[in-house]
Amino acid sequence: MKILTPLTQDQLKSLKAGDLVYITGTIYTARDAAHKKMVDMINNNQPLPIPIKDSIIYYVGPTPAKPNEPIGSCGPTTSYRMDPFLEPLLKLGLRGSIGKGARSENIKELLNKYNSVYFQAIGGTAAYLSKFVKSSKLIAFPELQSEAIRELTVEDFPVFVTYDIYGNDLIKDEINKYKK
Amino acid sequence: MRKLEKMKVIESVKRLCLDANFTLNGNILKKISSFKHTEESPIGKKILSQIEENSSIANTEKKPLCQDTGLVVVFLEMGKVIVDFDIYDAINEGVRRAYKEGYLRNSTLKHPLNRENTGDNTPAVVHTKLINADHIKITVAPKGGGSENMSRLKMLTPAEGYQGVKDFVLETVTIAEGKTCPPIIVGVGIGGNFEKSAILAKEALMRDIDDSSNDEIAKKLEKELLTEINNIGIGPMGFGGSTTALAVKVNTYPCHIAALPVAVNLQCHSARHKSVIL
Repeated sequence: MKILTPLTQDQLKSLKAGDLVYITGTIYTARDAAHKKMVDMINNNQPLPIPIKDSIIYYVGPTPAKPNEPIGSCGPTTSYRMDPFLEPLLKLGLRGSIGKGARSENIKELLNKYNSVYFQAIGGTAAYLSKFVKSSKLIAFPELQSEAIRELTVEDFPVFVTYDIYGNDLIKDEINKYKK
Repeated sequence: MRKLEKMKVIESVKRLCLDANFTLNGNILKKISSFKHTEESPIGKKILSQIEENSSIANTEKKPLCQDTGLVVVFLEMGKVIVDFDIYDAINEGVRRAYKEGYLRNSTLKHPLNRENTGDNTPAVVHTKLINADHIKITVAPKGGGSENMSRLKMLTPAEGYQGVKDFVLETVTIAEGKTCPPIIVGVGIGGNFEKSAILAKEALMRDIDDSSNDEIAKKLEKELLTEINNIGIGPMGFGGSTTALAVKVNTYPCHIAALPVAVNLQCHSARHKSVIL
């Protein structure tokens, strides 16, 4: 299934855990250090460097781009480290996050409460995933280097819906199927 | 005795860092491909194919396999050669050049609590061993944060024994789920003391993926644990399936009568390590 950013309510409702989705449009990168900075800004009533409403954040710290390439290798980092920072962003209307791995138990409730989806890209396939990124622009916190916030234009970026807005959990369901 | 050239160390470390980050060892790829045939989950099979395709792109385009190009771990085995320079400086210079020239990510911080990046991915973590040979051997292993974060160490009581070790390894893999980027290689260090067990586990990850331990007990553990880990159901990237681990490697060392230290070092599917003999 193909989806376009910014995500609409109808698109969100149609996404079910297990769907393989191809994202086209704009997404923003942020990982540990950028999340801490953004949440500090929210707590100090400062404006954020990126529009959070209806956006998707990709948990990634890419390798530096070679000359004439939009981006280096850019696979997902582990999402649970961003869990303590998620709710303030959900309150501002964040519609999706992309990372890898299971998240804390309360995250599914939060996604259900605020209408937001958790996607997983395939970890460790960072050279492959770079093929779906058409451009990258540094937006904020250049001092964080690979952890800076970047605006990525992606085309058919492949992700799996992992936690949908209905509380379904792809990880739990699939692991239970293969447990012996 | 032969004199070692500083430039040779710098250039070798640089080359090893680049090779490790761009090219997955052929026998690891073969292992992934053989597990693809037995993988029960359709998503799992698809993920294993994507890992193969990623490795082919990385190798052809000289692009890092993973955006996490790691903290550089070096095993330095020193034989009988004359070294009239600071070999640790030379190793770090090799790392510095590789990460700059190869467009690799700097993932090393000056201080664990102030979190400021060193900007050149140095210093490496170097483990030195003296060996009775006329050469030196350098193994470079860039290690990602995701799998390292899920690694654990426990001081078991002797009474917990063989089953206690197995339970701890299985518990570690279960807790880690997809966060370690499976299919993983599980390095287990048993014995020695607190710090020795951790080094044993890391050294176990440097072994050939196809070998098995010469020690009968360790060999039995490796075989049983691989089957039991792959029965947990975690699967490739934690999406469910029958391929959670490609191999289990157990290294042991003598230990104290009161102790049974166990360390479990998890390695993601981007199992990068390269060696050279100088």
